[in-house]
Amino acid sequence: MRDKDSLEFSYFPGCSVVTTSWESNQSLLHACRSLGLNLKELEDWNCCGSSSAFAIDPELGFNLSARNLSLAEPDRPLLVMCPRCLHHLRETHQILRQDKLMRRAQERRWKRPISPDLEIIHFLEAVVKLGPQTWKRDGLEGLKVMPYYGCTLFRPPALRRERYYQGEVENVLAALGAVPVVKALTNRCCGSFLSAVRPGLVTQMVNEIIQSAVTAGAECLVTVCAMCQLNLEIRCTLEQKLPIFHFSEILALALEAKDYESWFARHLVDPRPLLIERGLLR
Amino acid sequence: MLNEAKLIITDKKDPLEQIWQIGTDSLFGPKIIEVDALDRDFAEEVERRSHAGLRRCYFCRSCGNGCPFVTAMDVPPYAVMRMVHYGLREEALSTRTIWICVNCHTCASQCPMAIDIAAMMNTLCHMALEERVPVPTPDILKFHLEVVRSIERHGRTHKLGIMLRLKLLTGEWFKDVDVGLKMLSKRKLDLRPSRIRALKEIHRLFLPYWRVVKP
Ligand code: SF4
Ligand code: SF4
Repeated sequence: MRDKDSLEFSYFPGCSVVTTSWESNQSLLHACRSLGLNLKELEDWNCCGSSSAFAIDPELGFNLSARNLSLAEPDRPLLVMCPRCLHHLRETHQILRQDKLMRRAQERRWKRPISPDLEIIHFLEAVVKLGPQTWKRDGLEGLKVMPYYGCTLFRPPALRRERYYQGEVENVLAALGAVPVVKALTNRCCGSFLSAVRPGLVTQMVNEIIQSAVTAGAECLVTVCAMCQLNLEIRCTLEQKLPIFHFSEILALALEAKDYESWFARHLVDPRPLLIERGLLR
Repeated sequence: MLNEAKLIITDKKDPLEQIWQIGTDSLFGPKIIEVDALDRDFAEEVERRSHAGLRRCYFCRSCGNGCPFVTAMDVPPYAVMRMVHYGLREEALSTRTIWICVNCHTCASQCPMAIDIAAMMNTLCHMALEERVPVPTPDILKFHLEVVRSIERHGRTHKLGIMLRLKLLTGEWFKDVDVGLKMLSKRKLDLRPSRIRALKEIHRLFLPYWRVVKP
């Protein structure tokens, strides 16, 4: 598994991860350093198009995603942090792989080649490839965590022949000594952009998700998507709020990161009291 | 809250003048549809543009059960599907449902025929704009437009800029100020946008190609 080539990646952070969720980016970089994954940020990447471009002008969304693919080096897998970006980039790549003429048209447009064999993977997949089952760490001291996948990693129909992530977060958490709590709404959508335009509706949804975690006995949630993390934090109005970790944060913490103070200070629901109580932070 | 979609075919004397009655929702009430006014190529057109596989739908209505946002919609996803099948062009393009859909694919994961319902919704939104059908959720359209304008300006989205513009545009400055302030204090909203270098490459996507050629 640990041959040198498979550990070199181009890295596509996405708009949320570089701004709103800076802590997710920092912890990712830390976790990757500890795991020996070498990331090189995709040079001059642009927005993947997000839900908005794909809703009002799918062709624009497609072109925006295609530009990113034209920037990627063919022999480095492209590691993506945001599930929605991953979905758009993969779907666009799938179309370009199957349709040579469309691929050529995009190559002419950007004056750069687009490799039909480019591998596009999510950070979670890269971690899974390292075989976390064998880590046998007990750093997380039985912390009860609900893995929250959100909706987009749950096999979108256009990518049904691609990988399926269900259960992988649990495997990693268990390998790090945490107790995954799964009898909750692990795949319910967080509300996505409706959080900005229909806050009342999303509050209801987010409360249901977090209440399901509380009922199932979880002490915190861990998400693989920065937008989910934000929506779960800002839209929860329950009295008992649970801290919401980025997957990369929990991973970096278990891998003995030191600079967590600055990440956790950015959370709207401060996770530090919980971690201190469990003896995971000093 | 949601009634079952009912389809009643009422016979008139002349079979060519059959009238279909569709009651998709108690809010909607029964609706009389004239067969002659249907757009028979609509389903074909939506399928060609979306590749959703919508011909496979046999109207089991699982997608309405699964959608987490169905309470905010005027008709459930399967009703939009039926409207497309029947050729109810105007009706399908003017639903709230197509704009509320966030593409979460919950419906698709429950659809026994693996239809990409979200792809159909996106195509319908796009067609609604092309055909200037009034959008029943102007706030959602404004949001999408602001995001796309932000991409045009910077190559990336600038959240603070989008939020400020939305409040300015809707005249509801204080609606979400609490969350906005919390996000600002946690430095979750960058004051300055992150911008790509080759902005020209992005700008070209927003113009017809002949606008940028020089003789
Ligand atoms: S779940 Fe699929 S087959 Fe059933 S009504 Fe919805 S789109 Fe049609
Ligand atoms: S993709 Fe759209 S229609 Fe389907 S469940 Fe999600 S919001 Fe509902």
